[in-house]
Amino acid sequence: MKYVDEFRDPDLAKATLAEIRRTATRPWVLMEICGGQTHSIMRYGIDQLLPEEVELVHGPGCPVCVTPLEQIDKALEIASRPGVIFASYGDMLRVPGSGKDLFAVRAAGGDVRVVYSPLDAVQLAQQYPQREVVFFAIGFETTAPANAMAVEQARTLGLENFSVLVSHARVPPAMHAILSSPECRVQGFLAAGHVCAVMGYWEYKPVADQYRVPIVVTGFEPTDILQGVLMTVRQLEEGRADVENAYARAVVHEGNVSAQQLIDRVFMVCERKWRGIGNIPSSGWCLRPEYSKYDAELRFAVEQIASQESQVCVSGQILQGLMRPTDCPAFGSQCTPEAPLGATMVSSEGACAAYYRYGDARTVAASMVGEV
Amino acid sequence: MCLGVPGKIIEIYEHEGLRRCTIDFGGVQREACLDFVPEAEVGDYALIHVGFAISLVDEQEAQETLDLLREIASVEEELGLEA
Repeated sequence: MKYVDEFRDPDLAKATLAEIRRTATRPWVLMEICGGQTHSIMRYGIDQLLPEEVELVHGPGCPVCVTPLEQIDKALEIASRPGVIFASYGDMLRVPGSGKDLFAVRAAGGDVRVVYSPLDAVQLAQQYPQREVVFFAIGFETTAPANAMAVEQARTLGLENFSVLVSHARVPPAMHAILSSPECRVQGFLAAGHVCAVMGYWEYKPVADQYRVPIVVTGFEPTDILQGVLMTVRQLEEGRADVENAYARAVVHEGNVSAQQLIDRVFMVCERKWRGIGNIPSSGWCLRPEYSKYDAELRFAVEQIASQESQVCVSGQILQGLMRPTDCPAFGSQCTPEAPLGATMVSSEGACAAYYRYGDARTVAASMVGEV
Repeated sequence: MCLGVPGKIIEIYEHEGLRRCTIDFGGVQREACLDFVPEAEVGDYALIHVGFAISLVDEQEAQETLDLLREIASVEEELGLEA
């Protein structure tokens, strides 16, 4: 496929790896904040191919994973109501709430449907005027314009039976939270390419300046990730902390302005809880008051639901790069993708699930030997 | 979740006030919304995320990135020969 295959060329990847090896003279810790990149890194074994000087830690880059437990519990409550069609991206169905998941709701007779696009949920509302259609509007900046458009389109079409359960997260405030932690080990960031396709990368300059960390906008194919790593390591070796773009074929500095305008019309910045991390100021989007009639939390009166997380799970430490999945005693035993205890195991893009699936068998074996 | 797949726009049309298109992903065709890339034309490549084009792929920038990577590869090859 054009614009995919060229960026998987093994010869170019090998050469970029060799250049990283020549460039890195000291140990550096880099963080990617995108589940898609975490997944690519594990799938292609990039973490194992990098020289030992370069350590990749996997940040809170999976929106499914960081969706707080109470939003899942609210989804389960709404989806169980008679007359409701609950529409969601497929990734959310397996995420366990306090008691069950959306699959269980469906098995018990709830009408839970997977949609490819939020506009498919709008179409369901047109098709079933007697039913309440609720769309689970989760995601980072990448997904926000699409979700905003669904709300705007429902308004344009005058649909009274459409609402959204919003759980939107914004990446830059999470970077602030990670960098301001006294235990922070991260020295450079690979910024998420598709978040930046929407938002541009002007938001990252203050982060790079304040904490003196290089930030490189990075794509998803193996050579994209290696180029992002190379540019970050070069900056670190040269003592620079700039914002650079290694994904110029898809990302421009100002981002997609018309998408940003629609986000701004429908949503406003709010505090958001990140599963595994906790509340982060200004890290989310919620509906503006003008759009509150589309707010499923108000329509179904579920805004008071509160939930308790597992005490065993260390996903908070993992999401901040303080621990690795294999450091957790529950990893692979008490906690698996089939029965996840917390954020980083719930979706295939979470660090624990990626380790579980593609994981470094030697590390797992070594740690098990160590325990014996 | 933030998956974005590059596809080629093969037809553009209007539906319920939205600018939409048929897009081809290496032989598989889907529908997508073009409202966020009003400059898009038939033949352009767009990155599609949950049924929306979020940006157009810049051919020249893609070429420049590949040229840069190939340059690294040729330097590495020369260094390899010297070693």
